[in-house]
Amino acid sequence: MAPPGVVTGDGLAADLCCFPTREQYFALVRSFKNDAFEMCIDVCGVDYLLHMDRPVPEGIVATRFEVVTNLLSLSKRQRVRIRVQAGNDEPEVTSLFELYPGVEAMEREVFDLMGILFSGHPDLTRILMPEDWEGHPLRKDYGAGNVPVQFKEAPGPR
Amino acid sequence: MSEPTVRAIERLDLLTAETSEGAQELQRREFTKPSELGREIGAVLLANDLHIDPTQVDLERRDDETMIINMGPSHPSTHGVLRLMLELDGEYVLRCKPVIGYLHTGMEKTGEELSYIQGATNVTRMDYLSPVINELNYSLAVEKLLGIEVPERAVWIRMLMSELNRVSSHLVWMATNGMDLGSTSMMIYGLRERELILAFFEKTAGLRMNLNFVRPGGVAADLPDGWQDDVQVICDTILERTYEYDQLLTGQPIFRQRMIGVAPITAEEALALSVTGPVLRSTGVPWDLRRTMPYLAYDKVEFDVIVGTYGDNFDRYSIRLNEIRESIRIVRQCVDMMPRGDYRSQDPKVTPPPRARIGESMEALIHHFKLFTEGFHVPVGEVYSAVESPRGEIGCYIVSDGGAKPYRLHVRGPSFVNLQAIALLMRGGSVSDAITTISTIDPVLGEVDR
Repeated sequence: MAPPGVVTGDGLAADLCCFPTREQYFALVRSFKNDAFEMCIDVCGVDYLLHMDRPVPEGIVATRFEVVTNLLSLSKRQRVRIRVQAGNDEPEVTSLFELYPGVEAMEREVFDLMGILFSGHPDLTRILMPEDWEGHPLRKDYGAGNVPVQFKEAPGPR
Repeated sequence: MSEPTVRAIERLDLLTAETSEGAQELQRREFTKPSELGREIGAVLLANDLHIDPTQVDLERRDDETMIINMGPSHPSTHGVLRLMLELDGEYVLRCKPVIGYLHTGMEKTGEELSYIQGATNVTRMDYLSPVINELNYSLAVEKLLGIEVPERAVWIRMLMSELNRVSSHLVWMATNGMDLGSTSMMIYGLRERELILAFFEKTAGLRMNLNFVRPGGVAADLPDGWQDDVQVICDTILERTYEYDQLLTGQPIFRQRMIGVAPITAEEALALSVTGPVLRSTGVPWDLRRTMPYLAYDKVEFDVIVGTYGDNFDRYSIRLNEIRESIRIVRQCVDMMPRGDYRSQDPKVTPPPRARIGESMEALIHHFKLFTEGFHVPVGEVYSAVESPRGEIGCYIVSDGGAKPYRLHVRGPSFVNLQAIALLMRGGSVSDAITTISTIDPVLGEVDR
């Protein structure tokens, strides 16, 4: 279970939902890893720009970006969801690569599409978008459909 | 007639234009950080507790001895637009890095613009070999947010369809894997058997692929008349044919030599890399969400979870072949135990009124119109739910802000994650084994790139 000091809440379809701060995040995941959570099954980012009044437990300052990490324990058959508030303007959290090498691609995807930095990641480059792409498409202020499609040979705005 | 040629020479810049993925590509050794180099040679567990020591990485190798080549993005054996950059020493692979994103179409972003009813048509196109399981995964997540129960018959229809889909997906895998190893007849046999299942899908849902059959609240239609006989024929035929595959492949000496002991992975490495599905089970970890975290009615049917021992290509092959047989076992039980009743929830919030009512009742017409234009509203919340796809755990994370469209839709694609194991599996193998290894990882690029 979560160490003291970490705010927890109920998670739909998860055994536990934790709301660590950015400083608590890595230590919390490590304590879960030592507690038989063998697998980090998913890492994803959410941009709450248009939904800042989402329900969070007391004591948590909701920020614009959130990184959601799902851990899985094979031996206990449990799932834990960790929602870390990643910041507003320059979102950044610690990379879990040291604990779970399998998050490498997932964190790169979050960086690529959401623009959240992961400190300690060995190779934080774009993964799905082209290398010279500008912006992070899954952000809510990205404006899908408002910009001409950015390809190398693309003509100017129609 | 010579005009096109002339034009091409005039636009020489088009012919020589370089495409580069920059830092996403495999670089020469002197430009690569030790931590990145470690990953490219597949040193998974070094990153766990130990610091990656550059002396353990073969930095001494001079660049003029090795060659970095591209396999893909358009290569017949990479199952789509997967691009692998390989560093080769003669015939042997030293480093490998997958470069993906050539099929990225922004489906997660699209999902935020579609209502919950339309969403199933979007997710079904991600893993195009197992569309039903994609829809199921999405629908289960939406239903958890809504807090609705689906009728018993819908649960069993979903199970029947997803197991048939698992069979068809594994059959395509058997076919392409045979093709990669030079057995072109297997390609034809695999697709021939799959045709039976696709024909049944067409009869049931109207479409062969991308069915949009499983929807939040139930399924789109009831099973057609005489479905028991159709399913019986499919089960009998395919089960019989799996024993023919045994004769064609399993016992075949050349096939065995190409598969046994090639590209092994240990359970520890697979867990560290978050690998799921047949690749994880091939290492002996009995992790199948149908058994370990049952959804639908998988706790009411009998089936075995197939595990391997050595984690090599042959184990992954045998797991998939035997999973076809287990799925057929489940399908037969679905036929026997199929309950009567509604095939979709009667909750008017998510289910439109029956077609006949629309012609006679104004309210029903308005209700139908509202549901298909505005959609239904889903309570504020977030949920992660996962099911077992033929490739591993496929998960769906939905954030709802109370509107009729998901605020955020994220799909955890099992092939996307499994692809990370490729550097580890290929290290030290030859290029011809690399092709087999891509095949046994079984990536579907629609799901990798989404």
